[in-house]
This record gives sequence, structure tokens and C-alpha cells, in this order.
Amino acid sequence: MNYSVRKFDAVIVGAGGAGLRAAIQLSEAGMKTAVLTKVFPTRSHTVAAQGGVAASLGNSEEDHWHWHMYDTVKGSDWLGDQDAIEFMCRKANEVVVELEHYGMPFDRTDSGKIYQRPFGGHMSNFGEKPVRRSCAAADRTGHAMLHAMYQRNVKANTQFFVEWQALDLVRDADGEVLGVTAMDMETGEIVVFHAKATIFATGGAGRIYYSSTNAFINTGDGVGMAARAGIPLEDMEFWQFHPTGVAGAGVLITEGVRGEGGILRNAQGERFMERYAPNAKDLASRDVVSRAMVTEINEGRGCGPNKDFVLLDITHLPPETIMKRLPGIHEIAVQFAGVDALKEPIPVVPTCHYQMGGIPTNYNGQVVVPGKRTQSEIVPGFYAAGECACASVHGANRLGTNSLLDLLVFGKSAGESAVAELRAGNRTHKPLPQECIDQTLARVNRLNTQKGGANVHETRLDMQRAMQKHAGVFRFKDMLAEGVEKILGIAEQVGQTEIADKSMVFNTARIEALELDNLIEVAKATIVSANARTESRGAHVRDDAPDTPANPNGRDDANWLKHSLWYREGNRLDYKSVKLTPLSVDSIELKTRAY
Amino acid sequence: MTVSNSRKLHFKIYRYDPDKDAKPYMQDIEIEVPATDRKLLDAMVTLKAKDDSIAFRRSCREGVCGSDAMNINGKNGLACLTDLSSFPEGKPIILRPLPGLPVIRDLIVDMTQFFKQYHSIKPYLINNDPLPERERLQSPEDREELNGLYECILCACCTTACPSFWWNPDKFVGPAGLLAAYRFIADTRDQATSERLDNLEDPYRLFRCHTIMNCVDVCPKGLNPTKAIGKIKDMMVKRAI
Ligand SMILES: Cc1cc2nc3c(=O)[nH]c(=O)nc-3n(C[C@H](O)[C@H](O)[C@H](O)COP(=O)(O)OP(=O)(O)OC[C@H]3O[C@@H](n4cnc5c(N)ncnc54)[C@H](O)[C@@H]3O)c2cc1C
Ligand code: SF4
Ligand code: SF4
Ligand code: FES
Repeated sequence: MNYSVRKFDAVIVGAGGAGLRAAIQLSEAGMKTAVLTKVFPTRSHTVAAQGGVAASLGNSEEDHWHWHMYDTVKGSDWLGDQDAIEFMCRKANEVVVELEHYGMPFDRTDSGKIYQRPFGGHMSNFGEKPVRRSCAAADRTGHAMLHAMYQRNVKANTQFFVEWQALDLVRDADGEVLGVTAMDMETGEIVVFHAKATIFATGGAGRIYYSSTNAFINTGDGVGMAARAGIPLEDMEFWQFHPTGVAGAGVLITEGVRGEGGILRNAQGERFMERYAPNAKDLASRDVVSRAMVTEINEGRGCGPNKDFVLLDITHLPPETIMKRLPGIHEIAVQFAGVDALKEPIPVVPTCHYQMGGIPTNYNGQVVVPGKRTQSEIVPGFYAAGECACASVHGANRLGTNSLLDLLVFGKSAGESAVAELRAGNRTHKPLPQECIDQTLARVNRLNTQKGGANVHETRLDMQRAMQKHAGVFRFKDMLAEGVEKILGIAEQVGQTEIADKSMVFNTARIEALELDNLIEVAKATIVSANARTESRGAHVRDDAPDTPANPNGRDDANWLKHSLWYREGNRLDYKSVKLTPLSVDSIELKTRAY
Repeated sequence: MTVSNSRKLHFKIYRYDPDKDAKPYMQDIEIEVPATDRKLLDAMVTLKAKDDSIAFRRSCREGVCGSDAMNINGKNGLACLTDLSSFPEGKPIILRPLPGLPVIRDLIVDMTQFFKQYHSIKPYLINNDPLPERERLQSPEDREELNGLYECILCACCTTACPSFWWNPDKFVGPAGLLAAYRFIADTRDQATSERLDNLEDPYRLFRCHTIMNCVDVCPKGLNPTKAIGKIKDMMVKRAI
């Protein structure tokens, strides 16, 4: 099989929010940059984000980055790194204002400023009461943001490789990253993108679960590529289940609905969140609300013939508010739940939504791994940002609207770090290691020749069902152990998938088979890390780590206040400490989490 | 899933793989899909699980990414927003690629020309004033002018339903591009209105629109490119006098 080599200063894999933000930095600095994406940039899943992006602009009431920082640390159940969290919250106003300058059509307050709405877990004055911090463009914030950033890249003349699938990371024996191998989906041609800087912005892998708010393309490619190249994956046991996915369809209903006054009700019509979170109620943190919902359902207070969902009620809101602030939600409810939300409540269930873990980075967007001297040594030439990365600002549970902020702040800082390295002349086009290229060729060749192998669709379904059952909202000791065995078994099948379609032209069967290679790495990392972490924290809650006076909420700081690191090689786990020291302010001290 | 809950569908699908087919053909396929398949895209995914060679684009499955535009029973639309229950019983569901663009394979078209036209209208905010420290102010009323314009998902349903675009894809900007042009003209923060009008001042780029309204009829987001085009034409007339 043939391949060719193309040289660039930088290659960015992914053109969602994080990739486009990094690309602006590189293009405007005049670097020769290639941006690879599996889909046309505005089709990336950032487009589906609804509720908003967090920044303490204080446009409607007093707010402060320090309060935002406090909420984020608390939301993370203290697993987030406080240096990165301070960095992100302090940068928020700057990056959101930049979006406005790019032309993003934010909604406006009467005085013409960016409109802000309340969102779960975002409070004023260190946890006192909900605050308006989420900057929104109706309930289409991600769409408005992604298009504005794509448009800015058109202006900056960014060079896109649209419908190119990156396949493997090129990393040499010294551990330096020298680019990626990729396939032109239209022709099947393989090209090595030889670069001095490589930025991963490939998004999440929500498709490891059966029921997910994520797009088909969210298959964790960057995370899988990194794992195959020997980079450990951080905190992969932490997955956010969003409280309000449309029952049956999985399509998201933004938390902004509750921000605008929507209420969750059980079969008795009761506003049950008052019992679980007397202060924040329906706007408690997502893990808390999801668990409350599952508890209601498990205790027989679910709705419908099978009592397997609860209701999200906005019928008490003025129709004008719904049509002005939540027009997309009205549309989704009609399309995917078959209800007119002005008149009837929407059936919802907790649905897999967001990957808190990922490729470990520092707050400059540089990928870091344990080395001889420290637990966080920079991998030369390698950067990551957005959902595929773990900075780590979300820790054990992300707050809504902090992800769009994360991809802006760290997309920008990864871009800035790469530009600085390139300008300093520290990076050259080192010789390409042939093994990496051979690995890609072997993967593609195997698919061309495999006989009697596993069906891609069936194998993926097996994985998704196993993950849903063994690593869901509540986790059980025995189920986790069983899940590890199941997933490792399925991983063997993944190594032998067979496709019928052998065409070179836009072979979507091959694309899906190559994606499954990445999904399975994410599934393995998740179930193995979850099985090992014998405490409850944030989104990871186990039956054998219950709420006790010694360990409130089941959190065990004495043993588990640390990040997991999963290595593909040997299916091995390692740990590193959490950064409890912020950049300039005092550490936010460990406390029991309550809303 | 019990069999009684499933539904039998009859598809006629445009197939063409240049790697092996001398020319395109329509393939008849009958398939049982589970009752949980609500949308056309769900059924296509079920179909693809049986025959992995059927090629089509898809991503979000909720009508926001614009990937799965195709010609469904003669009308452009998104598979993910098309209800299976909207198809009459006993008639085949005919799927073809979007018309007027070169076919790469099966239902996948080459969108180069579509995006070229989009890029030709300078789809970005132009404002050369020094940047304020905070956001520029815009009144809620001025912001409302952008509603019905900014929500476009670049699916190309409209442009590939437009006869004027079929005849002159290289010269006529097409409804999606013109909608985007007006999105920036209508934005009080944009300062390039006259430059934008100059850019459209020729016999083809704007004026090939003969208000046939096909575009409005097919837009899955309920947008109205014809209205936006009318507004640009009005501005052209006004500035001519
Ligand atoms: C329905 C929904 C609503 C949400 N709402 C909000 C919200 O209101 N606020 C908030 O803060 N967060 C929200 N989130 C989370 C947030 O939207 C995502 O975390 C974020 O958009 C991810 O951005 P990203 O740039 O990291 O990745 P993505 O936008 O997913 O982009 C990934 C990119 O990588 C490319 N790519 C992937 N693999 C490859 C490969 N192998 N080769 C080449 N290219 C590749 C893709 O083509 C794509 O361009 C929401 C998430 C969902 C699912
Ligand atoms: S109204 Fe104009 S743009 Fe729309 S389909 Fe007709 S000719 Fe094309
Ligand atoms: S105007 Fe409507 S039909 Fe045309 S590209 Fe935009 S969303 Fe699609
Ligand atoms: S799959 Fe995204 S619009 Fe249909």
C-alpha cells in the first residue's frame, strides 16, 4: 500500500470548538497549519451545544471569577486541578468577549450586553444561590459559536482537510510527537502529516454507551490514538450522565430549560428535587440530579407504562419565554418526544453526555505524562484541548456550560503554546519512525483482507450495551468486575472485525471499523479505571462505597484523592496527585458536597 | 423487540460506487425495522447494519449538523428529521442524492461548489473599529433582525432544489449563500454593507433568483432565503436611485 508525506508547521486534528479555536491562533500567527476533520467543520458536535458558555461577566447581577472557580472545584468533587480551574475561570471573560468580536450572535440584555441565564451548580458568593453566568444564543449556543469560529477561520485563510480521518499518532522512540497518519475518506489515500506541532481536538467518545446525547462521529479517535501511542488516559471512569435526554431518543434537552424555570416531576407530580437538593433544587449539579432521577425510577415513582422516565415540565412558563429563549427545545420535543412542550411535559431520562477524562494536559494545553523526574512531564510536540483532553478542570463531574468554556480557553492556550514553541525554533521535522506508519498500513490492510471476522455493527452494540449495564449512573462492585471481563472479550472481537465493503471510495464501513478501534480503547480505560476506584466521587458512585460518617457521600479522600492514569500496554493503572494549589488564591478546601 | 412491533419498509435507493459500478442504478430493498426506529435515518442505520456498503453522511441525528441532506421521494430534506410515519403505506421510499451536485458515491455528493459560493460572500463579520475591551453592545431589537438568518446549518437542501443554481452553479450564489450574505448585512455590528452589495451586483450572483420559492419549501430549519434575497434586492434598488 502506498502513502505520501506532507509537511506542515502544525497539524490540528478536529475542527469542533477546540480545534477551530486553536486554528485561529495558528493561522493568525502565520503558521503553515493543516486542520483535519472527519466532517465539514460546522458539522462537528459542538454545533449541538444548547445552553451556553460560562463566564462571570456579571451582566445581569454581580459575579466573580473566584465564585465560578469555587463552583467548579466543588462540582468536580475536588478532583479538578485547582491551577487549571483558576486559569480557566479567569480567562472566561476574555474568550467569550472574543467570540462576540468574531460576530457570534449572542442574545442581548435590555442594555445591549450578552444575555446570561442560570445553570446547574453555578452560584454566587461561594455556593449561596444560583447566579446568571451562562452566556447564551437562545438554545443554539454551540451552533452560533461554531459557525462564528468557522467564519473567523475563513477570514484567517485556515487550510482545512475536510473528510480526512486521522488514524494514528506518529511518536518516535524519544517519545516526541511528529504528526499523524490520515486517510482521505473520499479516495482512501493515506498521507502522513509530518508536523512540528500536533494538536488533538477530536472531541468525546459518548458513543461507548448505548444511550447517548452524542453524535455518531463522537468515537474518541484522539483518545484511542493517544492510548495506542503509549500516552496514559486520565480519569476515564468519570462520565457525565445528563439528567434530561429525551426518553428513548437520547437527544438532549438543555439544562437551560431548568435555568429558565423548568421543573422535574415524578409520577405523582411531585417536584422531587426539593428532597434531594433543598437549596439548588432542579439546578443542583448534574450527577446529583441524575442520581435523584434514577432513585425515583428505581423506587417505582417513574412515569409511563413501564415507569421508566420522569417528566420535565415547562407548561407553567409563559409561551413567549419558551419561544424566545428555548425555540430549539420546542422543536426537539415535537420531533423526538412527540409532545408540544407548551402544553405537555417532556419525558426524560439520564443519558450519557460527557467524558470528563481524557488525554492528560497542563493548563497550557501541553500533553503531560509521568516521567523520570516528575509526574507531569511535557510530551514534546503534542497538545490537546476540548473534550478529548483532561486539563483537568472538570474532575469527577463537569458543570454545565464549562465545556464550551474549556474548549475556548484550552483551544486558545494550546494554540498559543504551539505558536511559542514554533517561534522559538525549538521544533524541527525530525525523521519519521517507520513503525508508526506501518501500524496504520497494517490496520487498513487487515480490514481489506480479514475473513470470517466479527460484524462491526454487532460488536459495537455489544460494547455499548455492556457499558450501559456495567458502568452506568449507579455502579456495583460485582457488575464492574464482570464488565471488565466482558469488555476485554469484546476488545478481542474488535481486533478481528470484518467489513464487506472493500471500495476505496468513501468507504463508510471502513471508517466505522477504524472508529471502533478507538471506541474500544475508551471503553477499556473506563471500565478498568472504574473497577479499581473503590470510592464514590462525583459521577462515579458505587454500591460498596456508601455514605458514611467517616466518608460522607462515599468519598474517600485518604485513599482516592488522586487522578487515575490508564495505560493500554498491559492494561495497567497508575495514579498522580491532584493539584490542590491554585495559581494566585488560597486552595479551596476539601468539604462534603451538598446543594 | 417482537416481530409484531416491527415495520416493513420498501426502499428504492440510488447506488453508485465508481470503484465498481459502470453507471448508477436504483436498488430495491425490503427491510423490517424495529418500531423504535422513528426517523428515516434510524431505518437507514438499520439498513446499513445489514449491508455496510450503502454510503451516506450522518452525524448529529437531531437536525443541527446538516450532514444527512438527501432527496427523499422527490423532495430535499434531512433523513434525521423525516418521520417514517410520514411515508404512505405500500409505496416505496425513494432516496436519491441531492440534485445538481456531482455524486461521489451513493447518497454522498461533492459539496465543493456549494461551499465555494458560501465562501464567496465573505461569511464573517467585518468591522474595522478598534475593539472595545468588553462586548460590543447591540440592542435586543437589533439582535432580533438576525433571527431566521443565523440558524442555517449549511445542509444545501435549498440550494440544490433551486433551478437557477442547477443551471449556473458557478455563477449564482444560491439561496444558502445569499441568506448568509443578508445575515451579515442585517447585523448592526457589520460595516461592509456596500462592499457586500457590490459583491452581488452582477447579472448572475443575486439576480438569477426568480423567486421560484423551492428553497423556502424545503428548508428543514424553516428559514426563508427568498425573503432575505428580496431584502437584498430592495437594498440594491434603493441605492441605485
Ligand atoms: C447535545 C449536547 C449539548 C451540549 N451543550 C453544552 C452546553 O450548552 N454548554 C457546554 O459548555 N457544553 C455543552 N456540551 C458539551 C460540549 O458541547 C462538548 O464537550 C464540546 O462541544 C466538544 O467540543 P470539541 O471541540 O472538543 O469536540 P467536537 O465539537 O466534538 O469536535 C470534534 C472534531 O474532531 C474531529 N475528529 C474526530 N476524530 C477525528 C479523526 N479521527 N480524524 C479527523 N478529525 C476527527 C471531528 O470531525 C470534529 O471536527 C454539550 C454536548 C452535547 C452532546
Ligand atoms: S427563490 Fe430564488 S433562490 Fe429560492 S429556489 Fe427560487 S430561484 Fe432559487
Ligand atoms: S437555508 Fe435552510 S435549507 Fe438552506 S442550507 Fe440553510 S438550513 Fe439548509
Ligand atoms: S444527522 Fe445532523 S442534520 Fe441530520
